[in-house]
Amino acid sequence: MESVLGRYRNLIVLVGVLFAQVLGLAVQVKRPTDSEPTRLIRVWAVGTIAPLEKTLAWVQTSTGNLWHNYVYLRGVRAENRNLKAQLEHMSIEQARLSQDADQARRLQALLGFKAQFISQTMAAQVIGASGSELSRSVYIDKGEKDHIKPDMAVITADGIVGKVLRVYRSTSQVLLINDQTSGVGALLDKTRLQGILRGTPTGEAVLEKVMSDETVPAGELVLTSGGDGVFPKGLLVGRVTKVSTGNDLFLNIRVRPAADLSKLEEVLVVTKIDERQTEPDSSGAARAVDILAERLPTVPAKAETTEKGAAAPAAPASTTVVPNVVPKTAATPSGASKISAPPRAPLSGSTPKPQAPASRSSTEAAGAAAQSPAPKAALAPAAKSSSAPDSESGSSDTTPATKTSVKPVVPSPPPPEDSPN
Amino acid sequence: MAITYTSGEQVEVYRFSIPATVLIPLGAIFLQAFLPLRFHFFSIFDLPLLVTIGFATARRSPLAGLMTGGIIGIIQDALTHHPIGLYGIAKTIVGFGASSLGIKLDVENAGARFLLTIFFYAVHEVVYFLIARGLVGLRMAWSWQHELVSGLANAVLGIFVFMLLDRIKQRT
Repeated sequence: MESVLGRYRNLIVLVGVLFAQVLGLAVQVKRPTDSEPTRLIRVWAVGTIAPLEKTLAWVQTSTGNLWHNYVYLRGVRAENRNLKAQLEHMSIEQARLSQDADQARRLQALLGFKAQFISQTMAAQVIGASGSELSRSVYIDKGEKDHIKPDMAVITADGIVGKVLRVYRSTSQVLLINDQTSGVGALLDKTRLQGILRGTPTGEAVLEKVMSDETVPAGELVLTSGGDGVFPKGLLVGRVTKVSTGNDLFLNIRVRPAADLSKLEEVLVVTKIDERQTEPDSSGAARAVDILAERLPTVPAKAETTEKGAAAPAAPASTTVVPNVVPKTAATPSGASKISAPPRAPLSGSTPKPQAPASRSSTEAAGAAAQSPAPKAALAPAAKSSSAPDSESGSSDTTPATKTSVKPVVPSPPPPEDSPN
Repeated sequence: MAITYTSGEQVEVYRFSIPATVLIPLGAIFLQAFLPLRFHFFSIFDLPLLVTIGFATARRSPLAGLMTGGIIGIIQDALTHHPIGLYGIAKTIVGFGASSLGIKLDVENAGARFLLTIFFYAVHEVVYFLIARGLVGLRMAWSWQHELVSGLANAVLGIFVFMLLDRIKQRT
Protein backbone atom coordinates (compact mmCIF):
# COMPACT_ATOMS: atom_id res chain seq x y z
CA MET A 1 0.00 0.00 0.00
CA GLU A 2 2.78 2.36 0.93
CA SER A 3 4.55 1.69 -2.31
CA VAL A 4 1.39 2.48 -4.25
CA LEU A 5 0.95 5.74 -2.37
CA GLY A 6 4.59 6.60 -2.90
CA ARG A 7 4.45 5.74 -6.56
CA TYR A 8 1.31 7.75 -7.28
CA ARG A 9 1.96 10.44 -4.71
CA ASN A 10 2.13 13.28 -7.25
CA LEU A 11 -1.03 12.16 -8.97
CA ILE A 12 -2.88 11.80 -5.68
CA VAL A 13 -1.85 15.29 -4.62
CA LEU A 14 -2.92 16.64 -8.00
CA VAL A 15 -6.33 15.02 -7.71
CA GLY A 16 -6.67 16.30 -4.15
CA VAL A 17 -5.80 19.87 -5.07
CA LEU A 18 -8.13 19.82 -8.07
CA PHE A 19 -10.92 18.32 -6.01
CA ALA A 20 -10.54 21.00 -3.37
CA GLN A 21 -10.69 23.74 -5.98
CA VAL A 22 -13.70 22.24 -7.74
CA LEU A 23 -15.44 21.99 -4.38
CA GLY A 24 -14.59 25.62 -3.69
CA LEU A 25 -15.99 26.60 -7.06
CA ALA A 26 -19.20 24.73 -6.40
CA VAL A 27 -19.63 26.51 -3.06
CA GLN A 28 -19.09 29.91 -4.66
CA VAL A 29 -21.50 29.24 -7.48
CA LYS A 30 -24.15 28.04 -5.05
CA ARG A 31 -23.86 30.86 -2.54
CA PRO A 32 -25.00 34.38 -3.28
CA THR A 33 -22.44 37.10 -3.78
CA ASP A 34 -23.36 38.87 -0.53
CA SER A 35 -22.04 36.14 1.73
CA GLU A 36 -18.89 35.76 -0.29
CA PRO A 37 -16.76 32.96 1.13
CA THR A 38 -13.70 34.04 -0.83
CA ARG A 39 -13.71 37.59 0.44
CA LEU A 40 -10.51 37.09 2.42
CA ILE A 41 -8.54 35.76 -0.56
CA ARG A 42 -9.71 38.65 -2.68
CA VAL A 43 -8.85 41.20 -0.01
CA TRP A 44 -5.35 39.77 0.31
CA ALA A 45 -4.78 39.62 -3.43
CA VAL A 46 -6.09 43.11 -4.05
CA GLY A 47 -4.26 44.41 -0.98
CA THR A 48 -1.01 43.07 -2.42
CA ILE A 49 -1.40 44.19 -5.99
CA ALA A 50 -3.29 47.48 -5.62
CA PRO A 51 -0.55 49.48 -3.81
CA LEU A 52 1.86 48.70 -6.64
CA GLU A 53 -0.71 49.73 -9.19
CA LYS A 54 -1.50 52.91 -7.31
CA THR A 55 2.16 53.84 -7.10
CA LEU A 56 2.77 53.22 -10.77
CA ALA A 57 -0.41 55.03 -11.76
CA TRP A 58 0.66 57.99 -9.64
CA VAL A 59 4.12 58.06 -11.22
CA GLN A 60 2.58 57.85 -14.67
CA THR A 61 0.09 60.62 -13.97
CA SER A 62 2.71 62.88 -12.43
CA THR A 63 5.05 62.40 -15.34
CA GLY A 64 2.22 62.99 -17.77
CA ASN A 65 1.15 66.14 -15.96
CA LEU A 66 4.70 67.45 -15.93
CA TRP A 67 4.93 66.94 -19.64
CA HIS A 68 1.53 68.32 -20.52
CA ASN A 69 1.49 71.25 -18.10
CA TYR A 70 5.01 72.53 -18.54
CA VAL A 71 6.80 71.06 -21.51
CA TYR A 72 4.20 70.42 -24.13
CA LEU A 73 2.61 73.85 -24.40
CA ARG A 74 3.12 74.32 -28.11
CA GLY A 75 -0.02 75.42 -29.89
CA VAL A 76 -1.81 76.51 -26.75
CA ARG A 77 -2.52 80.01 -28.06
CA ALA A 78 -4.12 78.73 -31.22
CA GLU A 79 -6.09 76.24 -29.23
CA ASN A 80 -7.19 78.96 -26.84
CA ARG A 81 -8.40 81.06 -29.76
CA ASN A 82 -10.37 78.17 -31.14
CA LEU A 83 -11.86 77.41 -27.77
CA LYS A 84 -12.97 81.00 -27.31
CA ALA A 85 -14.72 80.94 -30.65
CA GLN A 86 -16.27 77.66 -29.69
CA LEU A 87 -17.37 79.12 -26.38
CA GLU A 88 -19.17 81.99 -28.08
CA HIS A 89 -20.93 79.58 -30.32
CA MET A 90 -21.86 77.41 -27.39
CA SER A 91 -23.27 80.26 -25.35
CA ILE A 92 -25.65 81.11 -28.16
CA GLU A 93 -26.63 77.49 -28.36
CA GLN A 94 -27.01 77.36 -24.59
CA ALA A 95 -29.45 80.25 -24.57
CA ARG A 96 -31.62 78.41 -27.04
CA LEU A 97 -31.39 75.15 -25.19
CA SER A 98 -32.16 76.66 -21.83
CA GLN A 99 -35.47 77.92 -23.17
CA ASP A 100 -36.29 74.45 -24.40
CA ALA A 101 -35.24 73.00 -21.08
CA ASP A 102 -37.43 75.41 -19.16
CA GLN A 103 -40.34 74.49 -21.31
CA ALA A 104 -39.66 70.81 -20.79
CA ARG A 105 -39.44 71.29 -17.04
CA ARG A 106 -42.77 73.02 -16.97
CA LEU A 107 -44.37 70.24 -18.91
CA GLN A 108 -42.78 67.66 -16.63
CA ALA A 109 -44.08 69.52 -13.62
CA LEU A 110 -47.54 69.48 -15.08
CA LEU A 111 -47.31 65.72 -15.49
CA GLY A 112 -46.02 65.18 -11.98
CA PHE A 113 -42.84 63.78 -13.49
CA LYS A 114 -40.18 62.52 -11.12
CA ALA A 115 -36.67 62.77 -12.41
CA GLN A 116 -33.37 61.51 -11.12
CA PHE A 117 -30.47 63.86 -10.86
CA ILE A 118 -26.83 63.12 -10.25
CA SER A 119 -26.19 65.31 -7.29
CA GLN A 120 -22.78 64.13 -6.19
CA THR A 121 -19.87 62.44 -7.91
CA MET A 122 -16.36 61.50 -6.92
CA ALA A 123 -13.44 61.48 -9.32
CA ALA A 124 -11.36 58.32 -9.24
CA GLN A 125 -8.35 57.07 -11.10
CA VAL A 126 -8.31 53.70 -12.79
CA ILE A 127 -5.28 51.88 -11.44
CA GLY A 128 -5.57 48.39 -12.82
CA ALA A 129 -7.59 45.78 -14.63
CA SER A 130 -8.56 42.25 -13.77
CA GLY A 131 -5.81 40.80 -15.91
CA SER A 132 -8.18 38.52 -17.75
CA GLU A 133 -9.82 38.97 -21.12
CA LEU A 134 -12.85 37.15 -19.83
CA SER A 135 -13.38 39.38 -16.82
CA ARG A 136 -13.92 42.92 -17.96
CA SER A 137 -13.48 44.87 -14.79
CA VAL A 138 -11.13 47.56 -13.56
CA TYR A 139 -9.91 48.80 -10.21
CA ILE A 140 -10.21 52.40 -9.08
CA ASP A 141 -8.30 54.15 -6.33
CA LYS A 142 -11.33 54.93 -4.19
CA GLY A 143 -12.87 52.54 -1.72
CA GLU A 144 -14.66 52.11 1.56
CA LYS A 145 -12.87 54.98 3.24
CA ASP A 146 -14.10 57.27 0.49
CA HIS A 147 -17.68 56.10 1.10
CA ILE A 148 -17.89 54.13 -2.11
CA LYS A 149 -20.57 51.47 -2.03
CA PRO A 150 -21.45 48.55 -4.28
CA ASP A 151 -23.81 49.26 -7.18
CA MET A 152 -22.80 52.87 -7.56
CA ALA A 153 -22.72 54.02 -11.15
CA VAL A 154 -19.38 54.83 -12.74
CA ILE A 155 -19.31 57.25 -15.66
CA THR A 156 -17.02 59.47 -17.70
CA ALA A 157 -17.74 62.65 -19.56
CA ASP A 158 -18.26 60.56 -22.69
CA GLY A 159 -20.71 58.04 -21.30
CA ILE A 160 -21.33 55.36 -18.75
CA VAL A 161 -18.58 52.93 -17.80
CA GLY A 162 -20.00 50.41 -15.37
CA LYS A 163 -20.94 49.90 -11.77
CA VAL A 164 -19.05 49.30 -8.55
CA LEU A 165 -19.00 45.59 -7.88
CA ARG A 166 -16.78 45.06 -4.86
CA VAL A 167 -15.47 47.61 -2.42
CA TYR A 168 -12.22 47.23 -0.52
CA ARG A 169 -10.58 49.54 1.96
CA SER A 170 -9.00 51.93 -0.52
CA THR A 171 -9.89 50.43 -3.87
CA SER A 172 -12.99 49.23 -5.65
CA GLN A 173 -13.68 46.85 -8.46
CA VAL A 174 -15.81 48.23 -11.28
CA LEU A 175 -17.67 45.90 -13.60
CA LEU A 176 -17.62 47.33 -17.11
CA ILE A 177 -20.75 47.46 -19.23
CA ASN A 178 -19.20 45.22 -21.89
CA ASP A 179 -18.70 42.33 -19.51
CA GLN A 180 -20.94 39.39 -20.20
CA THR A 181 -22.32 39.39 -16.65
CA SER A 182 -23.35 43.03 -16.69
CA GLY A 183 -26.75 44.41 -17.64
CA VAL A 184 -27.83 48.00 -18.14
CA GLY A 185 -31.36 49.24 -18.72
CA ALA A 186 -31.14 51.18 -21.95
CA LEU A 187 -33.36 52.93 -24.46
CA LEU A 188 -32.90 54.19 -27.96
CA ASP A 189 -32.85 57.94 -28.23
CA LYS A 190 -35.25 58.55 -31.11
CA THR A 191 -37.39 55.46 -31.27
CA ARG A 192 -37.61 55.26 -27.44
CA LEU A 193 -37.43 51.48 -27.59
CA GLN A 194 -36.22 49.92 -24.37
CA GLY A 195 -33.87 46.99 -23.96
CA ILE A 196 -31.07 45.57 -21.88
CA LEU A 197 -27.48 46.27 -22.75
CA ARG A 198 -25.25 43.27 -22.16
CA GLY A 199 -21.65 42.44 -22.85
CA THR A 200 -20.59 39.52 -24.97
CA PRO A 201 -17.75 37.07 -24.31
CA THR A 202 -15.72 38.92 -26.92
CA GLY A 203 -16.14 42.27 -25.16
CA GLU A 204 -18.76 43.85 -27.39
CA ALA A 205 -21.98 45.41 -26.13
CA VAL A 206 -25.35 44.25 -27.40
CA LEU A 207 -28.79 45.72 -26.84
CA GLU A 208 -31.15 42.85 -26.17
CA LYS A 209 -34.89 42.43 -25.91
CA VAL A 210 -35.88 44.75 -28.74
CA MET A 211 -38.52 43.06 -30.85
CA SER A 212 -37.51 42.13 -34.36
CA ASP A 213 -40.45 43.94 -35.94
CA GLU A 214 -39.06 47.27 -34.81
CA THR A 215 -36.87 49.43 -37.01
CA VAL A 216 -33.64 50.59 -35.48
CA PRO A 217 -31.33 52.65 -37.64
CA ALA A 218 -27.58 52.32 -37.29
CA GLY A 219 -26.02 55.33 -35.67
CA GLU A 220 -28.85 55.94 -33.24
CA LEU A 221 -27.85 56.94 -29.75
CA VAL A 222 -28.43 54.61 -26.82
CA LEU A 223 -29.21 56.14 -23.44
CA THR A 224 -29.78 54.73 -19.99
CA SER A 225 -33.41 54.11 -19.19
CA GLY A 226 -33.02 54.26 -15.43
CA GLY A 227 -34.77 50.94 -15.08
CA ASP A 228 -31.80 49.11 -13.61
CA GLY A 229 -31.71 51.20 -10.45
CA VAL A 230 -28.03 51.95 -10.94
CA PHE A 231 -27.81 54.56 -13.67
CA PRO A 232 -30.10 57.57 -13.73
CA LYS A 233 -32.13 58.01 -16.86
CA GLY A 234 -30.72 59.80 -19.87
CA LEU A 235 -26.99 59.13 -19.63
CA LEU A 236 -25.25 58.36 -22.88
CA VAL A 237 -24.40 54.70 -23.31
CA GLY A 238 -23.22 54.53 -26.89
CA ARG A 239 -24.25 54.35 -30.49
CA VAL A 240 -25.83 51.59 -32.53
CA THR A 241 -23.31 50.19 -35.00
CA LYS A 242 -25.05 47.21 -36.50
CA VAL A 243 -28.55 45.81 -36.46
CA SER A 244 -29.39 42.30 -37.55
CA THR A 245 -32.17 39.83 -36.98
CA GLY A 246 -31.47 37.50 -34.12
CA ASN A 247 -32.32 33.85 -33.80
CA ASP A 248 -35.39 34.47 -31.70
CA LEU A 249 -37.97 37.22 -31.74
CA PHE A 250 -35.49 39.92 -30.89
CA LEU A 251 -33.11 42.09 -32.84
CA ASN A 252 -29.39 41.75 -32.48
CA ILE A 253 -28.24 45.33 -31.94
CA ARG A 254 -24.53 45.97 -31.60
CA VAL A 255 -23.64 49.05 -29.63
CA ARG A 256 -20.33 50.83 -29.46
CA PRO A 257 -19.93 52.27 -25.96
CA ALA A 258 -19.47 56.04 -25.94
CA ALA A 259 -16.74 55.81 -23.31
CA ASP A 260 -13.56 54.14 -24.49
CA LEU A 261 -13.54 51.20 -22.12
CA SER A 262 -10.13 50.01 -23.20
CA LYS A 263 -8.42 53.27 -22.32
CA LEU A 264 -9.93 54.36 -19.06
CA GLU A 265 -7.86 56.66 -16.92
CA GLU A 266 -10.18 58.81 -14.84
CA VAL A 267 -13.79 58.09 -14.04
CA LEU A 268 -16.55 59.59 -11.92
CA VAL A 269 -18.34 57.52 -9.32
CA VAL A 270 -21.90 58.69 -8.82
CA THR A 271 -22.14 58.77 -5.06
CA LYS A 272 -25.55 60.39 -4.77
CA ILE A 273 -28.61 60.44 -6.95
CA ASP A 274 -31.55 62.62 -6.04
CA GLU A 275 -35.03 61.84 -7.13
CA ARG A 276 -37.42 64.72 -7.08
CA GLN A 277 -40.38 66.00 -8.89
CA THR A 278 -39.52 68.47 -11.55
CA GLU A 279 -40.43 71.97 -10.57
CA PRO A 280 -40.42 74.94 -12.79
CA ASP A 281 -38.38 77.94 -11.75
CA SER A 282 -39.95 80.29 -9.26
CA SER A 283 -40.71 82.59 -12.10
CA GLY A 284 -41.75 79.75 -14.29
CA ALA A 285 -45.41 80.65 -14.38
CA ALA A 286 -44.61 83.74 -16.25
CA ARG A 287 -41.89 82.43 -18.44
CA ALA A 288 -44.01 80.35 -20.69
CA VAL A 289 -45.87 83.43 -21.58
CA ASP A 290 -42.70 85.43 -21.72
CA ILE A 291 -41.50 83.19 -24.44
CA LEU A 292 -44.83 83.26 -26.13
CA ALA A 293 -45.02 86.98 -25.83
CA GLU A 294 -41.66 87.44 -27.41
CA ARG A 295 -42.90 85.61 -30.43
CA LEU A 296 -46.02 87.67 -30.81
CA PRO A 297 -46.20 91.03 -32.53
CA THR A 298 -45.54 93.94 -30.25
CA VAL A 299 -47.80 96.82 -29.52
CA PRO A 300 -46.14 100.18 -29.70
CA ALA A 301 -46.18 101.97 -26.41
CA LYS A 302 -48.18 105.05 -25.93
CA ALA A 303 -46.22 108.17 -26.00
CA GLU A 304 -47.16 109.24 -22.50
CA THR A 305 -46.43 105.86 -21.12
CA THR A 306 -43.07 105.89 -22.71
CA GLU A 307 -42.38 109.25 -21.28
CA LYS A 308 -43.30 108.15 -17.84
CA GLY A 309 -41.30 105.06 -18.31
CA ALA A 310 -38.38 107.09 -19.43
CA ALA A 311 -38.76 109.37 -16.50
CA ALA A 312 -38.72 106.48 -14.22
CA PRO A 313 -35.33 104.94 -14.00
CA ALA A 314 -35.17 101.25 -13.63
CA ALA A 315 -35.17 101.13 -9.92
CA PRO A 316 -35.56 97.77 -8.29
CA ALA A 317 -39.24 97.20 -8.27
CA SER A 318 -39.19 94.78 -5.44
CA THR A 319 -37.88 97.31 -3.04
CA THR A 320 -39.85 100.28 -4.09
CA VAL A 321 -43.24 98.90 -4.81
CA VAL A 322 -44.20 97.16 -1.69
CA PRO A 323 -44.52 100.07 0.78
CA ASN A 324 -46.58 102.09 -1.59
CA VAL A 325 -49.05 99.46 -2.38
CA VAL A 326 -49.78 98.27 1.07
CA PRO A 327 -52.85 100.37 1.60
CA LYS A 328 -54.45 99.03 -1.48
CA THR A 329 -53.79 95.45 -0.64
CA ALA A 330 -56.50 95.25 1.91
CA ALA A 331 -59.02 96.38 -0.55
CA THR A 332 -57.94 93.97 -3.17
CA PRO A 333 -58.50 90.25 -3.22
CA SER A 334 -55.23 88.55 -2.61
CA GLY A 335 -55.41 86.41 -5.66
CA ALA A 336 -56.11 89.26 -7.89
CA SER A 337 -52.55 90.16 -8.43
CA LYS A 338 -51.89 86.82 -9.95
CA ILE A 339 -54.65 86.85 -12.39
CA SER A 340 -54.65 90.41 -13.35
CA ALA A 341 -52.67 92.46 -15.69
CA PRO A 342 -52.47 96.01 -16.61
CA PRO A 343 -54.87 96.59 -19.38
CA ARG A 344 -52.03 97.85 -21.48
CA ALA A 345 -49.07 96.12 -20.22
CA PRO A 346 -46.97 96.61 -22.91
CA LEU A 347 -43.76 98.18 -22.58
CA SER A 348 -40.93 96.79 -24.38
CA GLY A 349 -37.31 96.85 -23.60
CA SER A 350 -37.75 96.73 -19.89
CA THR A 351 -36.16 94.48 -17.36
CA PRO A 352 -38.29 91.50 -16.79
CA LYS A 353 -36.85 88.98 -14.44
CA PRO A 354 -35.81 91.06 -11.49
CA GLN A 355 -39.35 92.26 -11.28
CA ALA A 356 -40.86 88.92 -10.82
CA PRO A 357 -40.74 88.68 -7.04
CA ALA A 358 -42.13 92.09 -6.62
CA SER A 359 -44.98 91.34 -8.89
CA ARG A 360 -46.36 88.71 -6.61
CA SER A 361 -46.68 90.99 -3.66
CA SER A 362 -47.89 93.92 -5.51
CA THR A 363 -51.48 94.87 -5.60
CA GLU A 364 -51.22 97.84 -7.81
CA ALA A 365 -51.83 95.79 -10.81
CA ALA A 366 -54.62 94.09 -9.04
CA GLY A 367 -56.23 97.37 -8.57
CA ALA A 368 -55.76 98.08 -12.17
CA ALA A 369 -57.13 94.73 -13.05
CA ALA A 370 -60.19 95.47 -11.10
CA GLN A 371 -60.72 98.42 -13.34
CA SER A 372 -60.11 96.70 -16.60
CA PRO A 373 -60.08 92.99 -17.15
CA ALA A 374 -57.06 91.72 -18.92
CA PRO A 375 -57.10 89.40 -21.86
CA LYS A 376 -56.09 85.84 -21.21
CA ALA A 377 -52.81 86.10 -22.96
CA ALA A 378 -51.73 88.75 -20.58
CA LEU A 379 -52.46 86.90 -17.40
CA ALA A 380 -49.15 85.37 -16.81
CA PRO A 381 -46.99 88.33 -17.56
CA ALA A 382 -49.11 90.32 -15.29
CA ALA A 383 -48.77 87.81 -12.60
CA LYS A 384 -45.08 87.96 -12.93
CA SER A 385 -44.77 91.64 -13.16
CA SER A 386 -47.97 92.84 -11.74
CA SER A 387 -46.07 95.30 -9.67
CA ALA A 388 -45.97 97.34 -12.77
CA PRO A 389 -48.59 99.89 -12.21
CA ASP A 390 -50.63 100.80 -15.05
CA SER A 391 -50.12 104.20 -16.37
CA GLU A 392 -53.78 104.81 -15.79
CA SER A 393 -54.03 103.37 -12.38
CA GLY A 394 -52.89 106.45 -10.68
CA SER A 395 -50.25 104.76 -8.69
CA SER A 396 -47.45 105.28 -11.08
CA ASP A 397 -46.33 108.41 -9.38
CA THR A 398 -45.55 106.63 -6.27
CA THR A 399 -43.80 103.75 -7.91
CA PRO A 400 -41.97 105.06 -10.83
CA ALA A 401 -39.73 102.10 -11.18
CA THR A 402 -42.55 99.82 -11.98
CA LYS A 403 -43.23 101.67 -15.13
CA THR A 404 -40.57 99.74 -16.86
CA SER A 405 -41.06 96.51 -15.16
CA VAL A 406 -43.06 94.54 -17.66
CA LYS A 407 -41.01 92.92 -20.28
CA PRO A 408 -43.33 90.70 -22.18
CA VAL A 409 -45.15 92.51 -24.79
CA VAL A 410 -48.53 90.97 -24.97
CA PRO A 411 -51.13 92.28 -27.27
CA SER A 412 -53.91 93.51 -25.14
CA PRO A 413 -56.96 95.01 -26.67
CA PRO A 414 -55.68 98.41 -27.52
CA PRO A 415 -57.82 101.41 -27.88
CA PRO A 416 -58.43 102.39 -31.45
CA GLU A 417 -55.86 105.11 -31.39
CA ASP A 418 -53.17 102.69 -30.29
CA SER A 419 -53.69 100.38 -33.11
CA PRO A 420 -50.50 99.84 -35.04
CA ASN A 421 -52.40 100.09 -38.21
CA MET B 1 15.14 22.61 -32.68
CA ALA B 2 15.80 19.50 -30.68
CA ILE B 3 13.50 17.84 -28.22
CA THR B 4 15.35 14.92 -26.75
CA TYR B 5 14.05 12.28 -24.46
CA THR B 6 16.16 12.13 -21.32
CA SER B 7 16.20 9.93 -18.29
CA GLY B 8 15.52 11.31 -14.86
CA GLU B 9 19.19 11.22 -13.95
CA GLN B 10 20.29 13.21 -16.97
CA VAL B 11 18.15 16.29 -16.44
CA GLU B 12 19.30 19.08 -14.25
CA VAL B 13 17.03 20.33 -11.53
CA TYR B 14 17.04 24.00 -10.58
CA ARG B 15 15.64 25.99 -7.77
CA PHE B 16 14.77 29.61 -7.17
CA SER B 17 15.53 31.79 -4.17
CA ILE B 18 12.62 32.61 -1.89
CA PRO B 19 12.43 36.28 -2.96
CA ALA B 20 12.40 35.20 -6.61
CA THR B 21 9.75 32.55 -5.88
CA VAL B 22 7.49 35.16 -4.32
CA LEU B 23 8.25 38.29 -6.29
CA ILE B 24 8.37 36.92 -9.83
CA PRO B 25 4.84 35.46 -9.82
CA LEU B 26 3.53 38.57 -8.05
CA GLY B 27 5.29 40.78 -10.58
CA ALA B 28 3.78 38.78 -13.41
CA ILE B 29 0.29 39.08 -11.95
CA PHE B 30 0.80 42.78 -11.35
CA LEU B 31 1.97 43.42 -14.91
CA GLN B 32 -0.89 41.35 -16.25
CA ALA B 33 -3.33 43.59 -14.38
CA PHE B 34 -1.57 46.86 -15.06
CA LEU B 35 -0.27 46.79 -18.62
CA PRO B 36 -3.48 45.98 -20.55
CA LEU B 37 -4.92 49.29 -19.34
CA ARG B 38 -2.07 51.19 -20.95
CA PHE B 39 -1.35 48.85 -23.86
CA HIS B 40 -4.52 47.10 -24.84
CA PHE B 41 -2.79 44.52 -27.04
CA PHE B 42 -1.07 43.15 -23.94
CA SER B 43 -4.30 41.48 -22.89
CA ILE B 44 -3.60 38.59 -25.29
CA PHE B 45 -0.61 37.59 -23.17
CA ASP B 46 -0.83 35.51 -20.04
CA LEU B 47 2.31 36.32 -18.08
CA PRO B 48 1.32 34.29 -15.01
CA LEU B 49 0.94 31.24 -17.25
CA LEU B 50 4.40 31.75 -18.70
CA VAL B 51 5.88 32.05 -15.22
CA THR B 52 4.05 28.90 -14.16
CA ILE B 53 5.49 26.96 -17.10
CA GLY B 54 8.93 28.47 -16.56
CA PHE B 55 9.05 27.58 -12.86
CA ALA B 56 7.65 24.11 -13.46
CA THR B 57 10.07 23.15 -16.20
CA ALA B 58 13.06 24.46 -14.26
CA ARG B 59 12.22 22.77 -10.98
CA ARG B 60 11.05 19.56 -12.57
CA SER B 61 9.04 18.67 -9.51
CA PRO B 62 5.35 17.91 -10.20
CA LEU B 63 4.39 18.77 -6.64
CA ALA B 64 6.14 22.13 -6.74
CA GLY B 65 4.73 22.72 -10.21
CA LEU B 66 1.12 22.10 -9.29
CA MET B 67 1.38 24.12 -6.09
CA THR B 68 3.00 27.05 -7.88
CA GLY B 69 0.42 26.91 -10.65
CA GLY B 70 -2.43 26.61 -8.18
CA ILE B 71 -1.36 29.57 -6.07
CA ILE B 72 -0.65 31.80 -9.05
CA GLY B 73 -4.00 30.86 -10.56
CA ILE B 74 -5.91 31.55 -7.37
CA ILE B 75 -4.34 34.99 -6.97
CA GLN B 76 -5.17 35.71 -10.60
CA ASP B 77 -8.73 34.59 -9.96
CA ALA B 78 -9.00 36.86 -6.96
CA LEU B 79 -8.50 39.90 -9.17
CA THR B 80 -11.33 38.96 -11.49
CA HIS B 81 -15.00 39.04 -10.61
CA HIS B 82 -15.47 35.37 -11.42
CA PRO B 83 -15.46 32.61 -8.80
CA ILE B 84 -12.03 31.69 -7.48
CA GLY B 85 -10.71 28.47 -8.93
CA LEU B 86 -11.08 28.89 -12.68
CA TYR B 87 -7.50 29.94 -13.29
CA GLY B 88 -6.49 27.98 -10.20
CA ILE B 89 -7.54 24.63 -11.66
CA ALA B 90 -6.22 25.40 -15.14
CA LYS B 91 -2.81 26.48 -13.88
CA THR B 92 -2.60 23.60 -11.42
CA ILE B 93 -2.92 21.20 -14.32
CA VAL B 94 -0.45 23.18 -16.43
CA GLY B 95 2.08 23.34 -13.58
CA PHE B 96 1.81 19.61 -13.00
CA GLY B 97 2.01 18.81 -16.69
CA ALA B 98 4.91 21.13 -17.45
CA SER B 99 7.03 19.81 -14.60
CA SER B 100 6.20 16.19 -15.48
CA LEU B 101 7.15 16.84 -19.08
CA GLY B 102 10.25 18.71 -17.98
CA ILE B 103 11.52 15.54 -16.34
CA LYS B 104 11.24 13.59 -19.56
CA LEU B 105 12.17 16.20 -22.17
CA ASP B 106 15.02 18.57 -22.58
CA VAL B 107 13.37 21.93 -22.61
CA GLU B 108 16.46 24.07 -22.43
CA ASN B 109 16.45 25.29 -25.99
CA ALA B 110 14.26 27.97 -27.48
CA GLY B 111 12.48 25.74 -29.98
CA ALA B 112 11.39 23.27 -27.36
CA ARG B 113 10.21 26.07 -25.15
CA PHE B 114 8.25 27.59 -28.01
CA LEU B 115 6.38 24.35 -28.67
CA LEU B 116 5.95 23.63 -25.00
CA THR B 117 4.38 27.03 -24.41
CA ILE B 118 1.95 26.68 -27.30
CA PHE B 119 0.95 23.24 -26.08
CA PHE B 120 0.37 24.30 -22.49
CA TYR B 121 -1.35 27.48 -23.54
CA ALA B 122 -3.84 25.34 -25.44
CA VAL B 123 -4.25 23.01 -22.46
CA HIS B 124 -4.82 26.00 -20.19
CA GLU B 125 -7.44 27.53 -22.46
CA VAL B 126 -9.30 24.28 -22.97
CA VAL B 127 -9.40 23.52 -19.25
CA TYR B 128 -10.51 27.05 -18.45
CA PHE B 129 -13.19 26.95 -21.13
CA LEU B 130 -14.58 23.64 -19.92
CA ILE B 131 -14.68 24.65 -16.28
CA ALA B 132 -16.10 28.10 -16.92
CA ARG B 133 -18.79 26.76 -19.15
CA GLY B 134 -19.49 23.44 -17.49
CA LEU B 135 -19.12 24.24 -13.81
CA VAL B 136 -19.73 27.95 -13.48
CA GLY B 137 -22.13 28.43 -16.38
CA LEU B 138 -20.40 31.40 -17.96
CA ARG B 139 -21.20 32.21 -21.55
CA MET B 140 -17.96 31.52 -23.38
CA ALA B 141 -17.00 32.07 -26.97
CA TRP B 142 -14.29 29.94 -28.49
CA SER B 143 -12.41 31.47 -31.38
CA TRP B 144 -9.76 29.33 -33.05
CA GLN B 145 -8.21 32.34 -34.67
CA HIS B 146 -7.92 34.23 -31.43
CA GLU B 147 -6.52 31.24 -29.60
CA LEU B 148 -3.97 30.59 -32.31
CA VAL B 149 -2.74 34.18 -32.35
CA SER B 150 -2.64 34.28 -28.56
CA GLY B 151 -0.82 30.95 -28.42
CA LEU B 152 1.85 32.12 -30.83
CA ALA B 153 2.22 35.49 -29.11
CA ASN B 154 2.59 33.82 -25.73
CA ALA B 155 5.09 31.34 -27.11
CA VAL B 156 7.26 34.14 -28.46
CA LEU B 157 7.07 36.08 -25.24
CA GLY B 158 7.68 32.85 -23.34
CA ILE B 159 11.11 32.45 -24.91
CA PHE B 160 12.17 35.78 -23.41
CA VAL B 161 10.56 35.09 -20.07
CA PHE B 162 12.33 31.73 -19.83
CA MET B 163 15.63 33.39 -20.72
CA LEU B 164 15.05 35.80 -17.86
CA LEU B 165 14.28 32.95 -15.51
CA ASP B 166 17.44 31.15 -16.66
CA ARG B 167 19.46 33.99 -15.23
CA ILE B 168 17.77 33.74 -11.85
CA LYS B 169 17.53 30.00 -11.35
CA GLN B 170 20.15 28.24 -9.30
CA ARG B 171 21.49 24.78 -9.80
CA THR B 172 20.72 22.44 -6.92
